Amino acid sequence: MSDTPVYIKREDALSFFKSKKNEGFDVLMDLFVIDYLHWEEKAERFEIVYNLYSTAKRERLFFKVSVPENDALLDSVTSVWPAANWFEREAWDMFGVSFKGHPDLRRILMYDGFEGHALRKDYPYNKRQPLIGPIN
Amino acid sequence: MGQVDAPQAPNLEKFSLMTTKLGDAIGWARKFSIFQYPFVTACCGMEYMATACAHYDVDRFGAGFPRFSPRQSDVLFVVGTISHKMAPVLKRIYDQMCEPKWVVAFGVCTCTGGFYDNYATVMGIDTIIPVDVYIPGCPPRPENVLDGLMKLQEKIQNQKQEV
Repeated sequence: MSDTPVYIKREDALSFFKSKKNEGFDVLMDLFVIDYLHWEEKAERFEIVYNLYSTAKRERLFFKVSVPENDALLDSVTSVWPAANWFEREAWDMFGVSFKGHPDLRRILMYDGFEGHALRKDYPYNKRQPLIGPIN
Repeated sequence: MGQVDAPQAPNLEKFSLMTTKLGDAIGWARKFSIFQYPFVTACCGMEYMATACAHYDVDRFGAGFPRFSPRQSDVLFVVGTISHKMAPVLKRIYDQMCEPKWVVAFGVCTCTGGFYDNYATVMGIDTIIPVDVYIPGCPPRPENVLDGLMKLQEKIQNQKQEV
């Protein structure tokens, strides 16, 4: 068991994850985004974290891919693990990180017409965009 | 001596009769035949279930029969946090209910938004639909819910009865 994250270049990510799947990491446990806005020691703003699990070896691996704010785009891993579909939709919805090759990249938690991405650190935490009723 | 007794009301009890006003009778009937629509979205639902089931037994108050159709219900119990995505649904449910109808805000999230102050949560359902009784608590104790239910009954009894 290891919880040490390993950084992958985003160009290599898709082929790397394919090879990991072939090594037996058959479950994508989680995929999420961290927003490192205002972190001096981070060169790029977003980190996408992949949590892989091998049911045969009972091993868990963490990988990270960094993407910059002005080009928050990386390859989708839905072709490797179908479970990535909704994880990537959530990552898009909450952080505005988009995934190349995703079959259906739309919002999953927020509604159509919601502007911005709610979990970005520069989204005002109490800014509300009601569908009906007053803004309060 | 020499005084004239005020005319006595006829003693109807021996005939098993009583007199009342029509409005009072309707109010009495309505307050003990509440068909509720539980709009349960969050953890307050567990407390709602505890109140509704045998231990606390809302059936004692005539409210033991949840209808899962808004068109057949009198009281809308909004139990749990309402998000902005859910708000149009709640409004639509309310609009589908027939008059007379009442709304109970169950738990602090429905009353005020509770401890949520974020992009997702409606800050009190009274910003969307009118509310008759607020039951605070996170979640409210069953006793608190029954207290709210009795206050609602009082309100139903005392209001002008539209027929």
